[in-house]
Amino acid sequence: MSEDNVIEVSNLRKLFPVRTGFLRTLFSKQQSYVRAVDGISFDIKTKEIFGLAGESGSGKTTAGRLVLKIIDPTSGKIFFKGKNITAFTRKDMKPLRQKMQTVFQDPYESLNPRKNVKDILAEGLRIQKLVNSEKEAEDRVIKILEDVKLVPPEEFVTRFPHQLSGGQRQRVAVARTFILNPEFVVADEPISMLDVSIRAEILNLFLNLVDEFNVSILYITHDLATARHMCHRIAVMYLGKIMEMGTAEDIVYEPLHPYTKALILAVPVPDPKSRRTKLAVYGEIPSPINPPPGCRFHTRCPIAEEICQKEEPELVAKGKDHYVACHKAG
Amino acid sequence: MPLLDVENLRTYYLTRKGPVKAVDGVGFQVKEGQAMGLAGESGCGKTTVAMSIMKILPSRGRITEGKILLKDLDIVKISEKEMKKIRWKRISLVFQGAMNALDPLYSLGDQIVEAILTHEPRFNKKDARKRAEELLELVGMERKRIKSYPHELSGGMRQRGLIAMALSCKPELLIADEPGTALDVIVQAQVLSILEDLRKKLNLAVILITHDLSIIADTCDKAAIMYAGKIVEYVDVLDLFEDPLHPYTQGLIHAFPNIKSARTRMSSIPGSPPDLLDPPQGCRFHPRCMYAMNICKKEEPTLTKKGEKEHLAACHLYVNI
Repeated sequence: MSEDNVIEVSNLRKLFPVRTGFLRTLFSKQQSYVRAVDGISFDIKTKEIFGLAGESGSGKTTAGRLVLKIIDPTSGKIFFKGKNITAFTRKDMKPLRQKMQTVFQDPYESLNPRKNVKDILAEGLRIQKLVNSEKEAEDRVIKILEDVKLVPPEEFVTRFPHQLSGGQRQRVAVARTFILNPEFVVADEPISMLDVSIRAEILNLFLNLVDEFNVSILYITHDLATARHMCHRIAVMYLGKIMEMGTAEDIVYEPLHPYTKALILAVPVPDPKSRRTKLAVYGEIPSPINPPPGCRFHTRCPIAEEICQKEEPELVAKGKDHYVACHKAG
Repeated sequence: MPLLDVENLRTYYLTRKGPVKAVDGVGFQVKEGQAMGLAGESGCGKTTVAMSIMKILPSRGRITEGKILLKDLDIVKISEKEMKKIRWKRISLVFQGAMNALDPLYSLGDQIVEAILTHEPRFNKKDARKRAEELLELVGMERKRIKSYPHELSGGMRQRGLIAMALSCKPELLIADEPGTALDVIVQAQVLSILEDLRKKLNLAVILITHDLSIIADTCDKAAIMYAGKIVEYVDVLDLFEDPLHPYTQGLIHAFPNIKSARTRMSSIPGSPPDLLDPPQGCRFHPRCMYAMNICKKEEPTLTKKGEKEHLAACHLYVNI
């Protein structure tokens, strides 16, 4: 456990039991589980943006919720600034909530339509008792609105979510998170519901706030192109496992795992002269209930051999800060 | 002669507050076997263009002006009865949102058979079923999937099923509305490559509607960029990224990260798209444009050709070039 890690996660696992009918529970021998997150380890350093990338069903959102202790892990450990918070109860977590925050995906859903911007932003301050007076709360609200470039702030405090555009809503959602001065923020696909022309402004806002607020971010996304522009390091997940982890440059330019290679090949490149060639990977992600034995990717892998069907590869170092879980890589 | 020639199309939605000018003077052409990308943000009118061409506008939508020429037939003027002979048989549509476009109560096969029988009365049920199986094979699915219900299919397979359905009556023009959105990148790439293969194999003309310029770069020959109900740039795909003219197009290109390029700050276009009940005077993009001049606030620019090539832009910056 190193001191400059804000978050450290080791061997984290979350199995959701599959609910079956009454008769099936009577007669079936064993309970089956959705292995949403199945033994992942990573750490996030101070002021680092760490990307968790993967297709839908890879377990990236569950991982984010586990780290924040919104749900409890089945096994594994979570450390926040050196403190083991795995067994913390809701009550234990409450003072930490100020330090560990999240930005949700959909600003159309995540803001209370009955509250105005000021109340949305001040709610967290009041709950965490970070302000002594209404005046102080108001000052903090004005300040954060300026930080997220909703100016002039006086004009926005009285507005309701329906009076804001999509980009402005997501700015309010970001402001609600950062007004508490968090040290760690989980951003779960914060731009996927926004229009293309305003995505960049939210991403740039994140980059600015990381500088300003001394915060670390777990950036969850399915889009490797934005992950590459946002993150220092990226972990690629597949069916609950980390397949490859490394610096954004290594992942994009020197991917080692055939899955990472396929993902990068599948990202359309805005250059008509370099149209992509034949796809390397067929089929779709299998069900996380009873994932394939051995390497989970072997059913779709173009270079799979016998060993891949039997033995599960470990995540091993293949260079400085570059880890890969593949029998045949490197 | 182009296969499809849209001229000065205006489609308005009549609301109590007045007409929403969703499509306001749009024109473009699609040749046989050509793929044209129609790009823009949500609310720019790209889906309304597709619905106008199919004549499946919601009850409040009206084509108030313009021509949609399919070869030499103006489909704006023809009756619903005549349109039925064209819909699906000459022009068909792959609907947006593969997850919801299929009826959960019928098997995929039944739905494709229904489409065939509705539009090809000379087919009997047995032939239609056979054709449905062939279609599934064409889009890279197993024949036995004809019996599957939508909930048994993954997102990618549903999207393929929709493409198969759209091809059931051998159309000349296929409109694909956001065919990759809501699918994972790998599956999206699979679907797009199937569309590309089919286009070559069947000499289909394709209109690909998307908000993602990189998808257009990957699959189309021509691109039309829409903003607030108007086409602001119409260009060969090769020139779209080399020499984008309209400030909006330039903004869109910079707003997209390129996975292969150096790590740079992306830039966004300030502001948000206008309210189409009351669009801004002059150029509709001027409140968000960094090059806006006085004339942009007053006069609406027309799509004009720049240089030798077929490269059109609607921007006052290029009037005298």
